[in-house]
Amino acid sequence: MELVTPGIGLIFWQTVTFIIVLFLLSKFAWKPIMNALNERETSIENALSAAEKAKLEMQGLKAENEKLLAEARMERDKILKEASDAGNALVETARQKANEEGARMIAQARESIENEKRAAITEVKNMAAVLSVDIAERILRKELSNPQAQQELAKDYINEVTLN
Amino acid sequence: MKKLFILLFSFLTISAQVEAAAEGGEFKPGDMITHHIADDYTWHFADGVTLYLPVILIDNGTPKVFSSSNFYDENHAVVPYEGYMMSHGHIYRADASGQQAADQSSLLDFSITKNVASLFISVALLLVVFFVIAGSYAKGKGRAPKGIQSFFEPIIIFIRDEIAKANIGPKYERYMPYLLTIFFFIWFNNLLGLMPGGANLTGNIAVTLVLATMTLLITVFSGNKSYWSHIFATPGVPTWLAPIMIPVELIGILTKPFSLMVRLFANITAGHIIILSLFSLIFIFESIFVAPLSVAFAIFMFFLELFVALLQAYIFTLLSAMYFGGAVEEHDHVGDHGHGDGAH
Repeated sequence: MELVTPGIGLIFWQTVTFIIVLFLLSKFAWKPIMNALNERETSIENALSAAEKAKLEMQGLKAENEKLLAEARMERDKILKEASDAGNALVETARQKANEEGARMIAQARESIENEKRAAITEVKNMAAVLSVDIAERILRKELSNPQAQQELAKDYINEVTLN
Repeated sequence: MKKLFILLFSFLTISAQVEAAAEGGEFKPGDMITHHIADDYTWHFADGVTLYLPVILIDNGTPKVFSSSNFYDENHAVVPYEGYMMSHGHIYRADASGQQAADQSSLLDFSITKNVASLFISVALLLVVFFVIAGSYAKGKGRAPKGIQSFFEPIIIFIRDEIAKANIGPKYERYMPYLLTIFFFIWFNNLLGLMPGGANLTGNIAVTLVLATMTLLITVFSGNKSYWSHIFATPGVPTWLAPIMIPVELIGILTKPFSLMVRLFANITAGHIIILSLFSLIFIFESIFVAPLSVAFAIFMFFLELFVALLQAYIFTLLSAMYFGGAVEEHDHVGDHGHGDGAH
């Protein structure tokens, strides 16, 4: 029974002391501590959200950069393709031109060869004619060196004329 | 080291009892234990090291202050002093023959007893510790906690987040100073009570009565409209039941803090009684061979008590927070979760 009978003295001291301690701790300990904790938590929260924002911004920038890069790459590919097309076309035309030129030159050469050949043949013919006349003259001169042979020839001609 | 000390002191203090017993008869463990857990006018640290505390009496409105050493003569026997006498840890008026007088009315005892002295020491410790911590918060603004600050910070945050925020809700901030104060007050005093020579402050019904009354008053004064309407007109209960319901609810207001009072008192006192009983076994059996077993059990109990010291502080704070939460809760009568009977 002794144990569960509260004594007035201890109740009094406990009440007074506890209220004073509650007041002192609330004012000089809990208030600054709770405020400091809250402040720190808010600052950490802010820092975290700022970091998150920065991260998002960075991601946005990165995405934009990538887009730009992709665009640049596409541009480059386009330019390269155009250049290679242009080059190909140039080569193609050059080759065509060369072919044409070649063909033309071959044709010209062929023509000139033909002409040369014709001229040569003509010359050869002329030469042959001159030579044949020459040879014939020399033969005739030799053949007609005796008068008999001249008579006979004359006779042949006359015969041929009469016959015609 | 601490264990060593408690053992040493326990033996020392028990030895005094045993000596007394050897002179005057048998060793009475019941008396020894009661003496240890009850309040006293002297603080007996060890044999020959006794602090005589001041006695403050208010006799018919006139205050009387004197040292409790006046109640002891040079042979350490209890004697009456100036018309007062000490008997079984209480001060009474004495008659001319030194016996307890018949008229004991309006004699109030406000003595600085062992418990009161221990209370002062504990609150001094509380103030120093938390002023220092508050100082380090002011110094290292926005920085990470250091030293003692980093030990208490998680506890403070735990009380705020897991006890206050979880049970009270958005209005928790108002109750934080009280919750933090009772938590650390109970915890510090529980631990001081376990110290060698320490007083059994939180195992004293007067102390727990005051703490529980504080919780009761705060609960009642922060009760909002819906809290009182649940008491005087519980939703969903027919009106004709009101004569039964209202008294029951009113008793309910009182039983909650009553349970707080008894729980803390009983847990702490029981822990002390068990440890002291284990040591008493040595003297009951009058054999040194019981000692290893007693000491082993006592050490185990001591560690358990260290845990109980924290646990009881937590439970007291948690339940207080729950009562405050119930008082400030805004009941929406559709999805009400105050009473889980689902009738409304």
